[in-house]
Amino acid sequence: MIRDITLGQYYHADSVIHRLDPRTKLVGTFFFIIALFLVKNPLGYAVAAIYLALVIKLSTVPLRFMLRGMKAIVFLLLLTVGFNLFLTPGEPIWEWWKLSISAEGVRIAYTMAIRLSFLVIGSSIMTLTTTPNNLTDGLEKLLSPLKKIRIPVHEIAMMMSIALRFIPILLEETDKIMKAQMARGADFESGNIIKRTKALVPILVPLFISAFRRANDLAMAMEARCYKGGDGRTKMKPLKYAARDRLAYLAIFAMLAACIIVGRMI
Amino acid sequence: MSIIFNHVSKSYDADTQLKTDALKDVSFKIDDGEFVGLIGHTGSGKSTLVQHMNGLLKPTSGEIYVDGKDIADKEYSLKDLRGKVGLVFQYPEHQLFETTVFEDVCYGPKNLGLEKKEVELRAYEALKQVGIEDDYFYQSPFDLSGGQKRRAAIAGVLAMKPEVLILDEPTAGLDPKGREEILELVSRLHRENNITVILVSHSMDDVADYADRILVMDHGKLVYDDTVHEVFKHVKELEEMGLAIPQVTYMMYDIAAKGVDVSTDITTIDEAVEEIMKVWSK
Amino acid sequence: MSLIRSKALSFEYIRRDEEGNVEGITRAVDNVSLDVQQGDFVAILGHNGSGKSTLAKHINAILHPTEGTVWVDGMDTSDENNLWQVRQTAGMVFQNPDNQIIGQVVEEDVGFGPENLGVPTPEIWQRVEESLKAVGMSEYRNHSPNKLSGGQKQRVSIAGVIAMHPKCIILDEPTAMLDPSGRKEVIRAARALNDVEKITVILITHYMEEVIYAGKVLVMDKGHIKMQGSPREIFSRVEELKELRLAVPQVTLLAHELKKRGLPIPDGILTTYELTEALMKIKRTEG
Repeated sequence: MIRDITLGQYYHADSVIHRLDPRTKLVGTFFFIIALFLVKNPLGYAVAAIYLALVIKLSTVPLRFMLRGMKAIVFLLLLTVGFNLFLTPGEPIWEWWKLSISAEGVRIAYTMAIRLSFLVIGSSIMTLTTTPNNLTDGLEKLLSPLKKIRIPVHEIAMMMSIALRFIPILLEETDKIMKAQMARGADFESGNIIKRTKALVPILVPLFISAFRRANDLAMAMEARCYKGGDGRTKMKPLKYAARDRLAYLAIFAMLAACIIVGRMI
Repeated sequence: MSIIFNHVSKSYDADTQLKTDALKDVSFKIDDGEFVGLIGHTGSGKSTLVQHMNGLLKPTSGEIYVDGKDIADKEYSLKDLRGKVGLVFQYPEHQLFETTVFEDVCYGPKNLGLEKKEVELRAYEALKQVGIEDDYFYQSPFDLSGGQKRRAAIAGVLAMKPEVLILDEPTAGLDPKGREEILELVSRLHRENNITVILVSHSMDDVADYADRILVMDHGKLVYDDTVHEVFKHVKELEEMGLAIPQVTYMMYDIAAKGVDVSTDITTIDEAVEEIMKVWSK
Repeated sequence: MSLIRSKALSFEYIRRDEEGNVEGITRAVDNVSLDVQQGDFVAILGHNGSGKSTLAKHINAILHPTEGTVWVDGMDTSDENNLWQVRQTAGMVFQNPDNQIIGQVVEEDVGFGPENLGVPTPEIWQRVEESLKAVGMSEYRNHSPNKLSGGQKQRVSIAGVIAMHPKCIILDEPTAMLDPSGRKEVIRAARALNDVEKITVILITHYMEEVIYAGKVLVMDKGHIKMQGSPREIFSRVEELKELRLAVPQVTLLAHELKKRGLPIPDGILTTYELTEALMKIKRTEG
């Protein structure tokens, strides 16, 4: 059922990773991804793996939640591995009919597989330990220098957080509208592509109308509560770096340095 | 046309920790031509229950028979079922989508695969039944008033000529005038067209005035299945479920508690007036 | 002191067809004069389209009068310079519980108003705490609004308004989309605000049983104020109320019928308790 989809997939716990400032986690994830792409040898990946394992351990989020994120990309992963395995030119080490695998292909395939899965696990640690709201706050603060070049950072962050609030509501609504039209004999499952696309009209029209009605209501409610943009606003939960964030930054840079030294130079 | 539920249970996320039982071992039978009120607090499972009646949801265990046939049967056509058992959702006006009222009402019968003539005839009849004037037929449904929109949406289901009409909270969000209009409409459809009606509501007053029989749901269980008078005897239990019995019934209990010998078996104002006059003019 | 006052307030809007041609002009509020004192609990009753919500939106400066003037705490609501001050003084809660909660966590939503007002952080926390307590939602402070019942969501919305420290709170059909227990919760919260926090409450509704606690009831129809008075005065005019097709509570109707049949029952019965007492009194004098 549609409403079973949880967005943002936040896993509630009280670990040191959870308590880190969202900015630290955003920066950390960013550098981790960079590190992954700088590493060139298996030893470097081992360093990244140790780092990742440590963070997972600290986060106290059960491993299966991390791996759940992997499910979504299994297909992509297989595809990438397959392509690289068979289509990388080079000296074949194995041949069968028209398919051949080169040593180079094997190397690229396994690096891609490691990179992709580490990337997904790494970023899901961030989303699993940070509430969506916190994440938008962090982004807003990190990107606030862009305000100087007239990028409406506050407005973008506000839009993101409103979207996050309304996505579950609209998903539930979609489910309800679908059922209501099915009760009127609608059929979304048979017919060719054109027929199926047409069958969506009775869902999309009411959904858009409802979204607009909600937007209208919400705008009125926000104005009634004196919302007038980002200027002059204070924050209930202002972001503040703590000692643990400084330590975390240290760890992040150590990881980056280690990955570069071990992964590129040895 | 009869609807039989035989030990129907429904649970979501059955194999996870989040397992919730929306329906627990529900059994009952609704006969042709009945007017049944289905009552329960928000989240009691009443909406889940009615969505099983036209095959929108499938039970985790148990069987549902409509007209004697198991609707889980592979041969059974869900399309036919949805033509026979019409379900009007809560806030049905949110499902309107066509450019004109008339076309919107045509959507249901068109889906049943009927001929164009028949489709239009049914749409016309249905709109007349709910009391929407010809002037509005070719207007956008979004230009109608709140009460009209809801009636147009009900017409959209009526046009499928269902033998059973289920309405999920049909008066939600309407003002008293709109509420009265809808309830009158439902009662007229029941009387004149002999449609079996299942009225889902959390308002005891609405149900007391119209239904012959009441089903009460609580935490996914069917707690009571009896006549209006019998069900309203369980004042305490109903209160604990967050359901209020009609004010006049309360009133009679209050009087009886003062030691006056009055009948508490009263659910409407007229009954209360008669009873009080009988006792007080002695 | 009068907190909210309107003089000869009228509001018109222009109806247009799909091509944008003017189809007609609707006078949603017609020549309404209103006077609400600090600390009052005023209920406005009426059907959809009676103009009651339009009237309410004037008090919060969401709408501005076509003719006449509205003053909130002495400020003219049509004056742009007063806009934010007016909205802070007269807070508003709307009908749809889902479409007015902005935060993804209850406490953050309650903090939204004070944040907009530029209240310093420690004070925001204090206000959030107090406001959640006032509506009895403290234990849900870390919940997601999506997991709350309708009545709870509306109480969060009320807390969100109280946190702005208004003098008056306007509840625009806060119960129309709720089930009976949700309705009770919201009305109870509104009464507590008036009794305990001494906030002026304007409750707009079409449920008659919700107005019995008000100090004063206004009945609107077609943009006019048709009746006004204490709940008892209003409830004694059963025939007029029926004509306006308002749903008169069963016990009031019952009392009215019994009176017509000759029993000496006072006018304007509001609760089952009152009617029982009246009936018992008759028994005693007879017996």
